[in-house]
Amino acid sequence: MSNDAVLEQLRRCLPASSLITGEHAVRPFETDGLTAIRERPWAVALPDDVEQVRAVLRICRQNDVPVVTRGAGTGLSGGARPLRNGLLLAMTKMNRIKEVDLDACTATVEPGVTNLSISQAVRQHNLYYAPDPSSQIACSIGGNVAENSGGVHCLKYGLTVHNVLGLRIETFEGDELVLGSKCLEQAGLDWLAVMIGSEGMLGVVTEVTVKLLPLPEAKRVLLASFRAVQDAGDAVGAIIAAGIVPAGLEMMDSPAIRAAEDFAAAGYPRDAAAILLCELDGTEEEVEADARRMQAVLAAHRADVRVASDEAERERLWKGRKSAFPAMGRIAPDYYCMDGTIPRRALAEVLGAIAAFASEYQLRVANVFHAGDGNLHPLILYDANQPGELHRAEELGRRILGLCVQVGGTVTGEHGVGVEKLDPMCEQFTAAELAQFHRLKAALDPAGLMNPGKAIPTLAHCAELGGMHVHGGRLPHPELERL
Amino acid sequence: MHDGAEALRILVAQCRREARSIGIVGHDSKGFLDDAAGDVRLDTASHAGIVDYRPEELVVTARAGTPLAELTQALAERGQLLPFDPPRYGHAGTLGGAIASGLSGPARPWRGSVRDAVLGVEIVNGLGERLRFGGSVMKNVAGYDVSRLMVGARGRLGVILSASVRVAPRPPAEATLRLSCTAARASELCRRWARLPLPITATCWVDDVLHVRLSGSKAGIVSAQASMQLHETGDAAVWAQVRDHDHPFFAGDAPLTRLSLPRGNRFAAADVLLEWGGCQAWLRRAAHEAGAAQDGFATAFRGRRAQHEPLDGTAKYARRVQQAFDPEGVFNPGLAT
Ligand SMILES: Cc1cc2nc3c(=O)[nH]c(=O)nc-3n(C[C@H](O)[C@H](O)[C@H](O)COP(=O)(O)OP(=O)(O)OC[C@H]3O[C@@H](n4cnc5c(N)ncnc54)[C@H](O)[C@@H]3O)c2cc1C
Repeated sequence: MSNDAVLEQLRRCLPASSLITGEHAVRPFETDGLTAIRERPWAVALPDDVEQVRAVLRICRQNDVPVVTRGAGTGLSGGARPLRNGLLLAMTKMNRIKEVDLDACTATVEPGVTNLSISQAVRQHNLYYAPDPSSQIACSIGGNVAENSGGVHCLKYGLTVHNVLGLRIETFEGDELVLGSKCLEQAGLDWLAVMIGSEGMLGVVTEVTVKLLPLPEAKRVLLASFRAVQDAGDAVGAIIAAGIVPAGLEMMDSPAIRAAEDFAAAGYPRDAAAILLCELDGTEEEVEADARRMQAVLAAHRADVRVASDEAERERLWKGRKSAFPAMGRIAPDYYCMDGTIPRRALAEVLGAIAAFASEYQLRVANVFHAGDGNLHPLILYDANQPGELHRAEELGRRILGLCVQVGGTVTGEHGVGVEKLDPMCEQFTAAELAQFHRLKAALDPAGLMNPGKAIPTLAHCAELGGMHVHGGRLPHPELERL
Repeated sequence: MHDGAEALRILVAQCRREARSIGIVGHDSKGFLDDAAGDVRLDTASHAGIVDYRPEELVVTARAGTPLAELTQALAERGQLLPFDPPRYGHAGTLGGAIASGLSGPARPWRGSVRDAVLGVEIVNGLGERLRFGGSVMKNVAGYDVSRLMVGARGRLGVILSASVRVAPRPPAEATLRLSCTAARASELCRRWARLPLPITATCWVDDVLHVRLSGSKAGIVSAQASMQLHETGDAAVWAQVRDHDHPFFAGDAPLTRLSLPRGNRFAAADVLLEWGGCQAWLRRAAHEAGAAQDGFATAFRGRRAQHEPLDGTAKYARRVQQAFDPEGVFNPGLAT
């Protein structure tokens, strides 16, 4: 069928304002948060409800049109990057909160609802949704599910996978899967684990039931400043080893501290080599007891500690952390955000190595990250208008991710693989492991038309890179498609 | 401490070549739950031992055949615990079995389930390949979450060789309290408490008594106890008894059914054992007699052969997922979906 005929079919099942075509009109959708990678989609559909999602998928299935699902487009790995010959299914109009169940402490919402609006809607009941990515005012819960997003509080409260109880999924084949429920356990396979973090490769999320938690009674924020990065890194391990599980434990190095201070006047010490921002929450008594132990541990690691004296100071200290990204925009035209996770004990060593790499590539790197769970976010500062800088930034990024894998970590802690980290995936997984991922994908999407080319590199791609061990020149699964 | 991984892989590859099926067992402490019979019995006890334990990382990596008793002992020595506190029926059980069966203990609603704690696994799939997924770090979204998919898959997707799981610090203080009340009252209290920030880590109502465990700082427990109006001290031994089905409620030959109930439900009956803040009930009746309980689902535990597989829209996909890992159906054929 011709493209025009397919469009005609789509037009018949969507309101006029919900189908966007034309080079110019689709432009706002050509990229997600990873702006260095762009592509214009063939068409954009913005369904209002699940019936329309189903109709769109049916038409795409009948005409072999690949589909890329998009939430709010804040993803940082190109997961929602469109395909030139594909349909972009943008979920932003499906943004209703369907039910808040105060007995069950759950909220059931459509996928386009923003992360923050869930907590805002239940605040009056003293409840909240725990995972809080820094992008929470914009990112959608459907995108959070697809990426298994975290936030500054996941050391204590877990990732999306720990806070979602139920999902409704439309498969490309046209089945609706109702996964999980308000029960704690699932009958049968752990479908929620399969779907959460699957980067839109296995189906379209059309409904999410999340767990709500009671707002903590008390919160306290401590700011610890260090003269040596090594001390800060060691303090992180020591806090955990002391049996304290802070609600948040964030670290910033000297370039990040200065940029954030210039931008937000948070009250950070400009001359510190590193700071730790520690948040404790719980009942008054718990917080009091933990704060005392925490201060002792920090002092033993030569930190100067300041405790936020009131709500205003607490907010100010967090504001510095949360505006670290925009603050970078002031000191460099462009930045590239990495997302490796490493064992906590390697923090100081890896930060040292990153600094050495950076000077090798003649680039600046600022570190601001989730130290409590070892999730690094080195921000590589560059200027895309300087010939060769973007390329050097990407090279440096690859070196950093390679190092994360070497010390026993992973190439992505929360931003996903998307199109960005296909190469480092070849380093992290063997051919047999990648082939297993591809077979799992095929079990849910045999046609291979849901977000094709993302998240898992093909074996051929890895072989070309030379990053994979191919024995005797033969790939382990010659029957697999090579793209 | 023995590394039997390669031997297990070879066994799987060989069985696959010879078209013989495999039944996977650890300590066989949950043999009553599942018929893991096959032409060949694959015993993970030959692959045991803690591989890496770093208390400051809150992670332990151990081989599948590691006895739960050994693992929890090692953690206790460093002031830590397994948050999912898996059952040890007959005082036995291995880490691999705990993951494959996916059963969690009394603290589950508060400290998380088995799958919540699993960070990474090494498996042998049905093609006889050794594969690693996830890792030993807290956050990892590289590739599909195969590690958590293994939890509760009951060996149908592969042999778990080893796993990295998140551990938790042991709380500085703990108290078990009791309150005499009806099931309906217990259910109501649990619903109310769920809305408040309280340091609860277990509840169990049985024989007209509600047992509650509080964990945390001493001061925190004292103040919670006061606000919850719990004044009578109970017996902490009840938690292991309920977890391991050693409590008198579980004795005898009558059928045993587990009822999974939605959060905030109003289920109450005089002859049940109700735990997990009201989200898990145990009945001494056959599963088909459990009644269509409040949007929950029933699982036959002892009595007739357990039948856990939902026959809903996921069945077709469950079969395909199984084929994706074990194309020729080598593993646990008694449990085919
Ligand atoms: C300034 C900034 C700060 C950030 N901070 C954090 C942070 O602290 N922690 C963190 O984890 N992430 C963070 N992110 C990354 C990003 O916000 C998250 O990955 C977020 O979950 C993406 O949501 P989205 O709605 O924008 O999804 P999109 O970017 O639109 O899509 C992301 C992926 O999800 C898929 N998808 C979206 N909706 C659906 C659906 N309904 N069904 C199926 N698949 C779907 C897409 O196909 C794509 O693969 C940050 C991003 C920015 C720009």
